[in-house]
Amino acid sequence: MSAVTTPARGRFRDFLGSNRGREAVEAYILILPTIIGLIVFTASPVLASLYYSFTRWNLLSTPKWQGFDNYIELLTEDPLFWITIKNTGFYVLGTVPTGTVLALLLAIALNQKIRFVAVFRTIYFLPVVSSVVAISVLWLWLYQSDFGLVNELLRALGFRGVRWLSSVTWAMPAIIIMSIWHGLGYNIVIFIAGLQGIPQDYYEAATVDGANAWHKFINITIPLLSPVTFFVLTLSVINSFQVFAQAYVMTRGGPVNATKTIVYYLFQQGFENFHMGYASALAYVLFVIIVSLTLFQFWFQRRWVHYEL
Amino acid sequence: MSAQDATPIGEARTTAIQGGSADTSEGLASYRVLHITGRVLLYSVLAIVGLTMLLPLLWMISTSLKEPGEVLLLPPKWISVPLQWGNYPKLFDVLPFDLFLFNSIRIAVFATVGSLLSCSMAAFAFARMRFPGRNVIFAIILATMMIPFHVTLIPLFKLYRDIGWLGTHLPLTVPFFFGTAFGIFLMRQFYLTIPQELVEAARIDGCNFIQIYYRIFLPLSKPALATLGIFTFLGSWNNLMGPLIFLTKVETMTITLGLTLLTNQAGGRWELIQAGAVISILPIIVMFFIGQEHFIQGIARTGIKG
Repeated sequence: MSAVTTPARGRFRDFLGSNRGREAVEAYILILPTIIGLIVFTASPVLASLYYSFTRWNLLSTPKWQGFDNYIELLTEDPLFWITIKNTGFYVLGTVPTGTVLALLLAIALNQKIRFVAVFRTIYFLPVVSSVVAISVLWLWLYQSDFGLVNELLRALGFRGVRWLSSVTWAMPAIIIMSIWHGLGYNIVIFIAGLQGIPQDYYEAATVDGANAWHKFINITIPLLSPVTFFVLTLSVINSFQVFAQAYVMTRGGPVNATKTIVYYLFQQGFENFHMGYASALAYVLFVIIVSLTLFQFWFQRRWVHYEL
Repeated sequence: MSAQDATPIGEARTTAIQGGSADTSEGLASYRVLHITGRVLLYSVLAIVGLTMLLPLLWMISTSLKEPGEVLLLPPKWISVPLQWGNYPKLFDVLPFDLFLFNSIRIAVFATVGSLLSCSMAAFAFARMRFPGRNVIFAIILATMMIPFHVTLIPLFKLYRDIGWLGTHLPLTVPFFFGTAFGIFLMRQFYLTIPQELVEAARIDGCNFIQIYYRIFLPLSKPALATLGIFTFLGSWNNLMGPLIFLTKVETMTITLGLTLLTNQAGGRWELIQAGAVISILPIIVMFFIGQEHFIQGIARTGIKG
């Protein structure tokens, strides 16, 4: 053994014997489970999925290579794909900006040295801890056309009720309203923490200079809160592109595909029709959309996110 | 109201400059009116939003305690007399909700223990140890946060089918013993705040790094562990896609998946469906009231450090 020890092996053994070497060995022991997990549960499936997206495969047969056929069909021949893209985009645009602005305003309101802050915060947070499924089951009942509370309220206010979930026009807005309601508390808590991180000196200095509340909001709060706003926006976009449970529980993608989202379509193609290759291609399109949007947001943040004044 | 609210520095200063004492008191009086109006408006908005958040949840409970006939009454009735507690036992006749609860608890507990162990271990190495490849590996782990779960879904489904895990709870628990990007990130951020002197002192006392991890860092990181534990438990409990794909038999289902089944099977029996929804969120709501500060602090922490 020792006779064939090369200089490289010798150096490696020296490294292992040194303090640095022992530290490295211990570190690798600590991260070993993570590395295995990264390979088995993330990297391999991501690569396998890429391969499957170029095949025709129904789970029982062996995958059959067919080049870009799935992607070509998806992008040029499948009207449903573009409908799901449009629906998902509608959902993201409907929930993210409104949800973020509402959360910011409510966080500012809660940050105004008011009484019962803890009570308000707890109440706002209750929907957040509830599962999307339970919340969807609840709103399925609230949106019910004849006996639902939402229409009852509308009628009491003198409006006519809407056939929320069975209407092509109203089904997606109904899901959007519910999702904003569900996620509001989460973003409020993040914004409050961000607001409390802004040094009080800035406001005091501005007050001495004669700035009014609006100026302080525009020139201090908004810029100093921008890293938090960026975090909220980035995370909301990633999450809302993957919307699924609402459509699964409330509408099954209907009526007439009005609430069919990308992930719902993927689920249908993969686990109802067993078009695994096609579903993998869909997953990759979703992947590319999410990565591009996230990278875009990281690039764009340099123009509006201030890490200090 | 605090004293600070009542004496607006800027306002008082300008009025004082403008002139006599009469002006000042008038300015302050009009300020007070404005201030009180603002307060009333503020509280009204907060209360209206609060009602919007609370009423649907109360309606869920109210419906779950009604007789079938009362559910479809117009105008709606909020409190049924007598309360129909019997709807809850009835639920267990329709579907095995006791099993669903047990399964959900089992899966969530294993997932939580797994992620606390694996994430804290890896996070300690990334935060406090030097080894070749550290930054690259950490960057890769962070980048995986962008990967939608659905990209790995189909290959994982095939893997679990091939090794006979489909229909068992293993696909929903075992992966958590191998680290999650979010958990590692969260724990690392916390470990970075622990003073380096502690590490140096322990090194001088002859501790190796693995001992430093479980004797010093693990006990010190209880708040971060609580946050990660809550997030993992909540995520596992509320997960739909995983159980929907991997759990094939009714007796292995989680409560969240079971609730979707109930909605299909008990079509129109709103009192039963809402009772199911109440049962499915009750354990989490109880947990939330007990550990509220950890929930709130945890979310605040992830947001700030992000």
